[in-house]
Amino acid sequence: MAEYTEEFADGITDRMTDQAADQTSRSDIPTVVADSVDIVYRVNGTSGGRGSATAALNRMLRRKQADQASGVRKVHAVRNVSFVAYKGEAIGLIGTNGSGKSTLLKAVAGLLPVENGRIYTDGQPSLLGVNAALMSDLTGERNVYLGGLAMGMSREEIKERYDDIVDFSGINEKGDFITLPMRTYSSGMGARLRFSIAAAKDHDVLLIDEALATGDAAFRKRSEQRIRELRKHAGTVFLVSHNNKTIRDTCDRVLWLERGVLRMDGPTEDVLAEYEAFTGDKTDKTAKPKAKPKPKPAAVTA
Amino acid sequence: MSQVLHTPPPTSTADDDDLAALAARHGLTVSGARPTLPQYVRELWARRHFIAAFSTAKLTSQYSQAKLGQVWQVMTPLLNAAVYYFIFGVLLDTKRSVPDYIPFLVTGVFIWTFTQSSILTGTRAISGNLGLVRALHFPRAALPISFCLQQLQQLLFSMCALVVILLCFGIPVSFSWFLAIPVLVLQFTFNTGIAMIMARLGSKTPDIAQLMPFVLRTWMYISGVMWSIDKLTKQHDDLPSWVAPALKANPPAVYIDLMRYSLIDSFHASQLPPHVWALAVGWALLAGVCGFIYFWKAEETYGRG
Repeated sequence: MAEYTEEFADGITDRMTDQAADQTSRSDIPTVVADSVDIVYRVNGTSGGRGSATAALNRMLRRKQADQASGVRKVHAVRNVSFVAYKGEAIGLIGTNGSGKSTLLKAVAGLLPVENGRIYTDGQPSLLGVNAALMSDLTGERNVYLGGLAMGMSREEIKERYDDIVDFSGINEKGDFITLPMRTYSSGMGARLRFSIAAAKDHDVLLIDEALATGDAAFRKRSEQRIRELRKHAGTVFLVSHNNKTIRDTCDRVLWLERGVLRMDGPTEDVLAEYEAFTGDKTDKTAKPKAKPKPKPAAVTA
Repeated sequence: MSQVLHTPPPTSTADDDDLAALAARHGLTVSGARPTLPQYVRELWARRHFIAAFSTAKLTSQYSQAKLGQVWQVMTPLLNAAVYYFIFGVLLDTKRSVPDYIPFLVTGVFIWTFTQSSILTGTRAISGNLGLVRALHFPRAALPISFCLQQLQQLLFSMCALVVILLCFGIPVSFSWFLAIPVLVLQFTFNTGIAMIMARLGSKTPDIAQLMPFVLRTWMYISGVMWSIDKLTKQHDDLPSWVAPALKANPPAVYIDLMRYSLIDSFHASQLPPHVWALAVGWALLAGVCGFIYFWKAEETYGRG
């Protein structure tokens, strides 16, 4: 572990140029620069099991003096993370649950303020996700427009791409569902429409938070295809996923965050190998072939 | 308290300057920084279609599960007016001192409800839509503005009902009815300004949303919604001389009385405070401009965990 941090300290730029030699798809134009970023959450009302009304009163009376004593808890979600992302790169973000991946992504999107350090971006990075803007009581059709407008597309742009969005989602494959309220959709259908709306826009820097984990196998394949297209248009794609296969298929560089610290940054295979050793995924892999025939004897006895 | 104390932080102080310089060299900008005021206005204008679509969508989704559907848009304000008529008109017998009491009351209730619900939804505009604020990038002022626009659309439904009521009670149609349009524009500007102030306060301290109903109810009772401020102050000669002008200069009272003056023929100009249009414009500009700047000042902090 000390190895990575040392390597990290030696300067990101060196490694960048190493990588540039391997990959032809990438240019030397940086799109996102994170400069020793710290992100801290403050959570109210966590002063343990005691009556929280008194804690709240305490907090109001002694606001500035004693943040700690009055039950405001600081959670240091991301610690001193630096990296440079270049045009044409697809970067995977991995790490165990709660290690700060989504938080870092939101900060890059400019949706969470950073405590220390700076994040520089080329244009406005956008998070792939319009779920919050959609309304389940409205029809799929109106939601396509609403979601598109929320992402900053113009009415004409949406009109132009409307058919593509609906076709891509496959909502209308089993009947005229796009004119029904979204609350009548199955969760899979809803997720497909949401992804289709979100992916309709071309972004400079695209941030994806486990969006690929939705839908059936066919839709997943289409989504990955669309991500590759977006990457061609976009420049830079960040992808948070717990599915190592998805990361392998779509990314050429991986950042590994653990407990808010950037533990490793490098080509996908190198980082994933270390990560799998860390999480014990390797042992699962070797166990898999053995596990496969297992159901057979079970079926025989049953 | 921190979860990461036992992990040695990487020491990368050396390349800090390099990274900043690299960013500067390629013209990258700081992510999540607050835009300048003119820039902010431009961004907001670019999102005007979203603001309109969002408010209409909220409005239509509001009653979409109800059997009567959009009929409730008109029914809700009418039922409100009926309750106030029962209490103030019948039980307290205010109607004897005010001519055309029902048009007087219904106008007051509708116009007041516009301000009241704009402020209430404005208070929750940020704190109630954190998901949206944390997922998408847009000028946050779009939220309080579109909530106020939603209330304006709702008021337009109520105004249709109001016209029917006015005609039923034999109020003559007149050209002064067109004065309702500037009054609504001014009141909308005032409401939006207050809603933006409340949105910022409510995003820092969500508890304010619990207090607002009580503040607003008090405000309603002093705004002359169900009774005539004019009549009340004339009945009580012992009141200090500043009370009547102060009550009449209160912004909701200004907008309510102007609307009554435009719509109801028995409501005379003598019942309006002096310089009433100046007051109406002044309140709208003061609230609108201050509210907008106050809201913009905290733009980058909305949606923080």
